[in-house]
Amino acid sequence: MNPAPSVIFFTTLSGLGYGLAFWLAIARAFGAIPAETPWFGAISLGVALALVSAGLLSSTAHLGHPERAWRAFSQWRTSWLSREGVAAVVTFIPLGLLWLAWMLGATGGIWAFVALLGAALALITVYCTGMIYQSLKPIQAWATGWTTPIYLLFALMTGAHAVAALAAWFGYGASWQASAALILTVALAIAKLMYWRSVDTATPFSTPESATGLGRFGKVRQLEAPHVTENYITREMGFKVARKHAAKLRMIVYAIGFGVPTLVAMLMLITGPSALLATIGVLAAMVGAIAERWLFFAEAKHAVMNFYGER
Amino acid sequence: MTSLPATAPMKKLGLVIDLDTCVGCHACAVNCKEWNTGGEMAPLTDMDPYGAEPEGVWFNRVHGYEAGDGANGRTVHFPRSCLHCETPACVTVCPTGASYKREEDGIVLVDEDKCIGCKLCSWACPYGAREFDETVGVMKKCTLCVDRIYNETIPEAERVPACVSTCPASARHFGDLGDPNSDVSKLVAERGGYDLAPEFDYKPTNKYLPPRERMPSAPAAAEAAGEPQGLLKWVDRMLSI
Repeated sequence: MNPAPSVIFFTTLSGLGYGLAFWLAIARAFGAIPAETPWFGAISLGVALALVSAGLLSSTAHLGHPERAWRAFSQWRTSWLSREGVAAVVTFIPLGLLWLAWMLGATGGIWAFVALLGAALALITVYCTGMIYQSLKPIQAWATGWTTPIYLLFALMTGAHAVAALAAWFGYGASWQASAALILTVALAIAKLMYWRSVDTATPFSTPESATGLGRFGKVRQLEAPHVTENYITREMGFKVARKHAAKLRMIVYAIGFGVPTLVAMLMLITGPSALLATIGVLAAMVGAIAERWLFFAEAKHAVMNFYGER
Repeated sequence: MTSLPATAPMKKLGLVIDLDTCVGCHACAVNCKEWNTGGEMAPLTDMDPYGAEPEGVWFNRVHGYEAGDGANGRTVHFPRSCLHCETPACVTVCPTGASYKREEDGIVLVDEDKCIGCKLCSWACPYGAREFDETVGVMKKCTLCVDRIYNETIPEAERVPACVSTCPASARHFGDLGDPNSDVSKLVAERGGYDLAPEFDYKPTNKYLPPRERMPSAPAAAEAAGEPQGLLKWVDRMLSI
């Protein structure tokens, strides 16, 4: 599949934003970060909401008609993309209110409830994003039970490193932040390893033989393509990445995306919160997330390419 | 609405494509382009049409395949277009309601005024039936010539999809596949018509008729019957005059 930059930035940035918002809301709800921290609340939750908004805006960049994007809120009964749109907008309500309350120094039990609601909705939105991809049967590498959990883990993992960095900068660093970051990074590294192992060894769900129904005669090869130049289908669905480049990028995901953040989180558990270390952690995690998302598209084969004789 | 019709359409208009008789001339693709660039989904934009790398939106693409090896191998011409599935994921994934399946005849269409061009429907289709029009910014697809088949301003004989009307080999048939007594349904039953990529379970309406069993060649048949071959056959014929 064609790795469109707008979609890669949308999913990674909004994932980071929702993950950060989740951890901030949870910390606020359980008093892990005091309520009387207007500057910290305003800036950190503000950053989270800005990241989410930037991601959502970037996702409209690949639309043919961005001015009609409002129509996408209507088909939540059947469409995960529509559900994602609705969830994204609804999530702004509790998170926006929490942001205001935090800034204005409002305390009280009601804000814990609003914070929990915001945290839950942030996860629901990321869940919908994952399901958009997981529900597409023609893309075998996406239509697995791994897709949505990995989207959720990336949001929570990058968000945990981000909350550790922001809290450290403001002097609210605590060991729970590094612990959460460490556990999630390791969990994600294991999940991604198992995902890649499962897609690399999977037998094709659909083949040139089953697609054309000509398997009854034997192996099917394309003799003549229907068109001599590229077309929308071959550019959008026929993107191919060289195996050696994919292998290198997977190493980058592991070394920079999982390795560096794991080391940083472990160091902080030993030496205590550090703004510098935590910032390195979140930047490395995001480089890994972007490389992973690029591979998620670039490595995925679409079943329509069976008609072009590709295996 | 991108929900599928509550009750499955009784009428299932679609195509039956005979891979035995298709000669791979691309006339169906060309006439489709010709009709539809002025029809319901018009225009079917071309980019760089007179340049070195022309490309554009087509609803019908004709592949050529080799299947199998040796004496049993086949060369098959294979037109590919929207199959107007009974349970099409391209419809249900649409976030705006632009993509829909008609309750009255099962045709899958795009409302170009509602399409935001997110392309998700094309990702959901394993048949490559939907092509994005970069110039207009919306998704386009085969309409089964909905603007021909019900068109009372053209002679009745022409009220079939453009691809069907133009096929010089009569390899394309149009009709109601929901009616077991229709000509197309009988043809499918008789010739063992099949679904493309049935593993996706989108239940395509269009059916493909497989290449027929190969007839034994005349010399092989004669040999099997114990008749003389080659020079002996000529001698035999000469002496029998």
